[in-house]
Amino acid sequence: MPSKPAGTLYRGREGMWSWVAHRITGVGIFFFLLVHVLDTALVRVSPEAYNEVIGTYKNPIVGLLEVGLVAAILFHAFNGVRLILVDFWAKGPRYQRQLMIGVGVLWVVLFVPFVIRHLTHVFGG
Amino acid sequence: MSEIAAPRSSSRARKLKGGGRNRSGQTNFELYSWLFMRLSGLALVILVLGHLFVNLMLGGGITALDFGFVAGKWANPLWQVWDLLMLWLAMLHGTNGLRTIINDYAEKDQTRFWLKALLITAAIVIVVLGTLVIFTFDPCLDPNSTLTVCK
Repeated sequence: MPSKPAGTLYRGREGMWSWVAHRITGVGIFFFLLVHVLDTALVRVSPEAYNEVIGTYKNPIVGLLEVGLVAAILFHAFNGVRLILVDFWAKGPRYQRQLMIGVGVLWVVLFVPFVIRHLTHVFGG
Repeated sequence: MSEIAAPRSSSRARKLKGGGRNRSGQTNFELYSWLFMRLSGLALVILVLGHLFVNLMLGGGITALDFGFVAGKWANPLWQVWDLLMLWLAMLHGTNGLRTIINDYAEKDQTRFWLKALLITAAIVIVVLGTLVIFTFDPCLDPNSTLTVCK
């Protein structure tokens, strides 16, 4: 029996997954941005219209979605800085692993205080 | 010397006409686009994280956001410039990112064309709308405004 070919699917490790995550978070942030400019544009309609739509951002379910949005933004930001360092810093490629860990550490350090504060606002009344 | 047998963009790139070409006969657009993503990305880290910190972490956070909050912020030219820069850079960065994704995953020329046409139309509408909103904002639209400019 001839063995099956190994296949051509690229299975990278952290590098590939951070690339996939960078794309997914980027697309998500972009579509939020379109909506966010439209909701902000309501300040030109009337204070009531703006306040009503912004009110939906204070809803607990939307509040949880905002946690996801900020998680995505923080990852995209720090992973982007990592990419810049790998591209432009002579020693960047040598410290790939450390840079990846740095992205994770920075993400946790900024995300945890945000979640605590934001959920206190959303659920604290 | 290694050579890529059939680079995906070659037939399209060869068809490109006009100036600004390098020695291989292709434009430098993709190089500038690559550089722009890194430069704008760096600026956006500051602009967006600053925006999130001021709007969601300080004071009452999300619960404090309303028309008066926006009026108070845009009374300061710093925040007008901040938001304008953030709008333009984020939209260009995001539009260029989506352009890359469309080029990667939409195989048919027709599909690519229409997706990019839709993307660019949406981007222009959002950038123009957002810019107009920042420059034509009227805080006194709120009759209860306590801002000094409205008294």
